[in-house]
Amino acid sequence: MTGLTAEIVAKYNYWLYVILMMVGLYAMIGKKNLVKKLLGMNIFQTAIILLYVSSGVKRGAGIPIVDKYKALAQGVDPTLVVNPLPHVLMLTAIVVSVSVTGVALAVLLRIYREYGTLEEDEILEKIGK
Amino acid sequence: MSSPTNLHLYILAAPLVAAFVLNLLGRLSRRWVMPLTLGPLVFSTAGSLMLLARVLKEGGFSYTVGNWTPPYGIELLVDPLSAMMLVLISGIALTATFSALPWVEREHPGSEHLFFTLYLILIAGLMGLVLTADAFNLYVLLEITSITTYGLIAMGKGRAPLASFNYIIMGSIGACFYLLGIGYLYILTGSLNMADMAAIIKTLPQGPALATAFAFAIVGLWVKMAFFPLHGWLPNAYSLAPTAAGLLFAPLMTKVTIYLMIRVILNVFTPEYVFYSHPLVQSGVVWAAAIAIVCASSLALGQRDLRRMLTYILIAEVGYMVGGFWLANSQGMTGAILHIFNDAVMTLCLFLAAAAIASRTGSLSFDNLKGLYRTMPVTMAAFTVGAFSIIGVPPTCGFFSKWYLLQGAVQAGQWGFLAALLFSSLVNAIMFFRIIELAYFTDDGEAHHGGHHHGDDHHAPVAEAPLPMLAPLVVTAAALLVIGLGTGPIVSAIRLTLPKFL
Amino acid sequence: MTCTPSILPLAAVLISMLGTIPIMLSDRRPNLRESWTLLIAVGKFLLVASMLPAVLAGGGFTFTLFEVIPGVPIALKVDPLGMFFALVASFLWICTSAYSIGYMRTLKEHAQTRYFASFALAISATIGVAFSANLLTMYLFYEVLSLSTYPLVTHEQNAEARRSGRKYLTYILGTSIGFALPAVIITYSVAGTLDFTAGGILAGKASPALLGLILCLFVAGFAKSGIMPFHGWLPAAMVAPTPVSSFLHGVAVVKVGVFSIVRVILDIFGPDLLRSLDYGTILSYFVCITILVASLVALTQDNLKRRLAYSTIGQLSYIVLGVALLTPSSMTGGVLHIAMHAFGKITLFLCAGAIYVASHKKYISQMDGLGRQMPITFGAFFLGALSIIGLPPLGGFISKWNLVIGAVEADQIPILVILLCSSLLNAAYFLPIIYRAFFAQPAAGVEPTIKEAPIFCLAPLCITALGSVALFFYPDVFLRLVKLAILN
Repeated sequence: MTGLTAEIVAKYNYWLYVILMMVGLYAMIGKKNLVKKLLGMNIFQTAIILLYVSSGVKRGAGIPIVDKYKALAQGVDPTLVVNPLPHVLMLTAIVVSVSVTGVALAVLLRIYREYGTLEEDEILEKIGK
Repeated sequence: MSSPTNLHLYILAAPLVAAFVLNLLGRLSRRWVMPLTLGPLVFSTAGSLMLLARVLKEGGFSYTVGNWTPPYGIELLVDPLSAMMLVLISGIALTATFSALPWVEREHPGSEHLFFTLYLILIAGLMGLVLTADAFNLYVLLEITSITTYGLIAMGKGRAPLASFNYIIMGSIGACFYLLGIGYLYILTGSLNMADMAAIIKTLPQGPALATAFAFAIVGLWVKMAFFPLHGWLPNAYSLAPTAAGLLFAPLMTKVTIYLMIRVILNVFTPEYVFYSHPLVQSGVVWAAAIAIVCASSLALGQRDLRRMLTYILIAEVGYMVGGFWLANSQGMTGAILHIFNDAVMTLCLFLAAAAIASRTGSLSFDNLKGLYRTMPVTMAAFTVGAFSIIGVPPTCGFFSKWYLLQGAVQAGQWGFLAALLFSSLVNAIMFFRIIELAYFTDDGEAHHGGHHHGDDHHAPVAEAPLPMLAPLVVTAAALLVIGLGTGPIVSAIRLTLPKFL
Repeated sequence: MTCTPSILPLAAVLISMLGTIPIMLSDRRPNLRESWTLLIAVGKFLLVASMLPAVLAGGGFTFTLFEVIPGVPIALKVDPLGMFFALVASFLWICTSAYSIGYMRTLKEHAQTRYFASFALAISATIGVAFSANLLTMYLFYEVLSLSTYPLVTHEQNAEARRSGRKYLTYILGTSIGFALPAVIITYSVAGTLDFTAGGILAGKASPALLGLILCLFVAGFAKSGIMPFHGWLPAAMVAPTPVSSFLHGVAVVKVGVFSIVRVILDIFGPDLLRSLDYGTILSYFVCITILVASLVALTQDNLKRRLAYSTIGQLSYIVLGVALLTPSSMTGGVLHIAMHAFGKITLFLCAGAIYVASHKKYISQMDGLGRQMPITFGAFFLGALSIIGLPPLGGFISKWNLVIGAVEADQIPILVILLCSSLLNAAYFLPIIYRAFFAQPAAGVEPTIKEAPIFCLAPLCITALGSVALFFYPDVFLRLVKLAILN
């Protein structure tokens, strides 16, 4: 048991992202309300963003902002700065996620205008008629 | 290696730039829509043909955007396969657009420029997908194509927004899975450049982390390509989308995603890892593909609407290609890649035919197809050619890719897959001959439908679809035969891309 | 055999395929359309015949179109066997074309343009099968034939015709995709080539079990040969107009089926390989079942065309039987039977059509005394029937005689007995028709006004009937072709 706890604590960032992801996935598949599905999707994407970002972290390292002249003269000690690349990638991923959310919200608006509800079963019932 | 030029960037940029220009100018006047849509596509088609000719003569090359060298910079890979894909995408987009223009005018009067803005961005995104050699860029481009697709589907009538929303949810899961897989891979290799990753993966011990990365990336792509049973979003999304959008989605979207799967396997994980160190997984996927083919074909058989039937056939064809590629021998892989091209053209042919029919009958339910041979002889003739190609009747191109797939199955000893392919051919034959029988040999107004028709029904005048819909259809149908008879050269070009050890 | 590259085989195949275009364009001018049909038919025969001297002299022609699969181009080759079949088919097409004109016009059939165009396409495919240089090309034309005959089978467009069309496609397309295609692909995987080569390409390439599987797949896959249990389409296809039944389901389609099997036996497996495995004998006994059962079923049919259909099923298996026995005489007899049966059976079908045109009678039980009103038609019918039964002086005798000698050569006395029984059965289902027509008293109330069918119908059936007689006295050309084909 202690071994498992130690494992979880040592890699807590992974466990957190897995939990978040499962929450998101559950909402996307299990929830009947379309907005909740969308929220689940956002949680899902956030979990992945967290995974990426946490992979760049190093213990004891600072933010990757260094003095240009100093860096050119002495180079940069990679152990002293966190890896900035995942953060940059995730900026793009966030943009993607925001766009998808935007499109999804627009689509939801259309659905609401059409059926007057955002509950999936009610919509299906109306279609069935 | 030939010296790189910027031609492929222009090919890609043309529809992208035109999309933004169109969005602005299209507001001013509708007259801009047609030249700004067809112009860049004509340019891209011509350009990609030139590029293909060059690549075949001088060999492929890799291109670094903005001169940042890989593995840090963004790399584009132009090899025979991606050049052929460019030709396919631009050619299909161009052909489909001729028919799409009148359809958009009919279905979305006043918002043509908006429709074609998304349409052109989608084409640019697809072109980017086949060129990129960077795993993360692949994700971004995948989402660009998906987002435009969501938008285009939502422009449809009735249930289309709901279908679009379902697609958003499923598509996002797929894309996120892929991103997750790449995330694991990035943690393992510290790189995102495909060639660089492949080089590092070879040196890595094979552990659960790599397997997880692979599984997420591939399952993500499977969702995006609607590999049965992850296909749930596709039939509604494609059949409810605006007709013009369906013309572009159906031939290209699944096929480009299969191309991506092939790229990820060949250029990132390497066939050694994917196929040969995990033979059980390999044959398991082939079996899954066999089941996918059988199930999707059976579902297609139950449809009573032409376009919905076609969407299920599309899903079955995905099984052909996934299974064919996972046969992991030269014949199977050749067949899978050849089928990407053939299936794209024959799907285009059938969807163009469906669009042409719908332009006259309004609906594509089977009841409306009776006696169409009299009123639309050219459309139905082209439809028949497309149907024969899907069934796999020589000398249409569909026969030859099926030939390679079957041969691959025989060589790999995958009798289940062989049987599934033959089963699907037979089911396709049943489905299409059912329609041909209705259209050719059942007179509208015969027997039980007698009541509400005019007396001179038997001499119903020929009422073909308008020329912009008919011409691309006839061209595509002819292309099916030409491609079929030109299989030899196409296959030798495909073989250039396959790993040498096969 | 030395083959010279030549465009002639391609021209012979394509002439009628391209001919569909003028036929369709002259939709509204029937006389012009029918002139095209006849012109193309004669042209086709002349093209085929022009290659005959070279083939008889031991030469041949080839033409390669496209290399579609490495080592397997779409290619044509004129060899004695193909020549033999093409000669029969293209000659009989002229007769059928003339007959079609009389038949279709007299009955005022609808959709005649579609009919003539499909017919032209079908004969193209038939010649294509005859002249194929490899299995892929043959499969291609085989499928083209299946599809181009579908509109002919469903010509009537009523529920029954559509049902028969479905049955036709299910059998033909189902078996060719389900069995023949995998057989072709396995053959290619095993042998690395698909070229028809005298002596076969499979020897020493695969285990006996796999070879047996391939043979089974081929025999089942070419369901056009009507071997039981894949014969059901043939009686169903009889709903088609009679010229279709006579030419396609008496000559072209069914003979393409057996021709394909003969090709596979001679040029893919090779007689030596089959002999060493003893598969030939097994196949012979297997088709004997079809021979006997089909003849017995034929006895019970009252619809004349259906009786002829079952007779065809039985006779087709003679051809396979002869080739499968693998002795020189039996193979000669088998291949020769392609021509002999074709002439005999087409005569019978044309007579059935002429009877229908003149009297609208389909059932044998209605034909009492009809022979006295239509003596020429029933006379021809008599000759055709004698040829199928295998009596001199008709062509059928020569092929059956060779088959009997072959059975003795192969030391298969049971097969000899079966052949003789079958001939008796043939007589049993044909002669009563003749007897009824000439000697039975017509039932009361039969209109005495029935006359012979129009000349366009009558002339072709006289020609084919006399052809059957001529084949008995002058079988030289065919015999030489068959000898060349088998000796190769």
